Amino acid sequence: MTQEKSWKPWALLSPALTAVFFFLVVPTLFVIVYSFWLRAPTGQDIPAFQFSNYAKFFADMFYPGLLIRTIRVALEAVALSLIMGYIPAYFFSQTKSKHKNMLIILILLPFWVSFIIRAMSWINILGDTGLINYVLLKLHIIANPISMLYNEGSVLMGLVQFLLPFMILNIYVSLEGIDKNLVPAAKSLGCTEWQAFKEVTLPLSLPGVSAGSLLVFVLAAGTYLPPMILGGPQNAMMANMVFKRVIGTLDWPFGSAISVILLVLIGLIVYAYNRYLGISQIFKSLS
Amino acid sequence: MFKIKGWSLIRFYTILVYIWMFAPIAVVILLSFNPQQFGTFPMEGFSFKWYGDLFHNTTIIMAFKNSMILGSLTAILTTAIGIPAAMAFIRYEFPGKNTLNTLLLAPIMIPEVVLGVSLLLFLRWLQQPKSFLLLLIGHCVLTLPYVLLVVQARLVGIKRSYEEASLTLGAGPFQTFREVTLPLLTPAVMAGMLFSFSISFDDVTATLFWATAQSQTVPVKIFAMLRNNISPEINALGAVMIVLTVSIPLLAGYLARRFSRRLE
Repeated sequence: MTQEKSWKPWALLSPALTAVFFFLVVPTLFVIVYSFWLRAPTGQDIPAFQFSNYAKFFADMFYPGLLIRTIRVALEAVALSLIMGYIPAYFFSQTKSKHKNMLIILILLPFWVSFIIRAMSWINILGDTGLINYVLLKLHIIANPISMLYNEGSVLMGLVQFLLPFMILNIYVSLEGIDKNLVPAAKSLGCTEWQAFKEVTLPLSLPGVSAGSLLVFVLAAGTYLPPMILGGPQNAMMANMVFKRVIGTLDWPFGSAISVILLVLIGLIVYAYNRYLGISQIFKSLS
Repeated sequence: MFKIKGWSLIRFYTILVYIWMFAPIAVVILLSFNPQQFGTFPMEGFSFKWYGDLFHNTTIIMAFKNSMILGSLTAILTTAIGIPAAMAFIRYEFPGKNTLNTLLLAPIMIPEVVLGVSLLLFLRWLQQPKSFLLLLIGHCVLTLPYVLLVVQARLVGIKRSYEEASLTLGAGPFQTFREVTLPLLTPAVMAGMLFSFSISFDDVTATLFWATAQSQTVPVKIFAMLRNNISPEINALGAVMIVLTVSIPLLAGYLARRFSRRLE
């Protein structure tokens, strides 16, 4: 009986594992191998094991600058989604409205709407002839349109538009998990509303905050579309450079090296998060 | 007194976030009715002109057909391999379970450009040309983790005892799956299919790597159109996409509720 049972999960898993092995694991290994290859001046790829692609990346400040910008934009996206997401998540967890579920579905609804359309539409809002400039001009607040598009701010608008639901959902789930008696207990012991929030609710919601932040960071670091649509050339991020090198100039080895560096960045963040969570878990059990 | 004031501030802030989330969507729909040559403000008049143009644009109709076929096939395939995998993770204990689960969920964390490059590189090594099959395989890899998450979450909620009861009453394992587990799992299957359809339908980044001139999807087409300038036709196309992608999950939710009511 146990003999018969032991092969069953493997049989169930085999289609998914085969697919992921051949179409994810093996191709990713190819990227790593390719990043050590040489590119001949004729455009051919020569099998080799050397680090010239990585040396090229770190040769001057151009490519490392791209890496730093990617990290900065991802951190800004995390900060913005926290600022914009915590209060709505708190609202959802506290509201007594009977439409609560509908309100949550509503904030997740844009998630279903094609991202390219939501990103593109910021042009309609921020552009020189867009909604904001149109209103400000009509009200005679400004004489000439303000240029708001094709900078890091507009890239962030598009990016956070995409990432905010992830953050709200994560924080909401951890806020919902907090024992509803804790805040009244704190208040009966003399805490003010604000103190109860600061001392009880906020610390207990941190697992959701950190999980949301990790997800937002990782997704933002790999982003391609918002800098393409809402940014200028000076806003290009790592993913844009991968595309440019691979599809644009057909430099597969160098494009692979940039991909590997991007993967390492994300891997390090996830690893650090795991470690950090392990530590906080110990703190939790101690207190 | 302070409490009520604080709460109304929170509510006000939340409303602002809603407005911020929905502003781009509302503006696309509004501007799609602007008959002006440039798809921007001010609105001068109201017309369906750009929708008419849209239906006569054969490349967009082609892209639409591609997107629908690709999305549907991706949904079917991914669910077909995702459900057994989810069953294995929830219903069985075996060595290496957590590692494998992480591996199958990994594509969420891997940037799409890297997925795009890697699959293309593999294809290059195999000396195969880009094709529709590549797109289909790629989209399955892309959407599998989401299907897995949705189905696993649902499976945890289905009590093992239903299956055990069926087994003790003499049904075989396959019959039990078909007549007990699968009907209970239907909402998860539907959700998984919807998820993978809509992710496949919306995907741009990886698809840009994989698509050929013949297998362009709607978002890739929009992306190409954006490179020229933002024409009112894009707004109309965007509005159609919005109505379509939002109505599908709402419709499915409605149907599921009606269906379950009839069962009761």
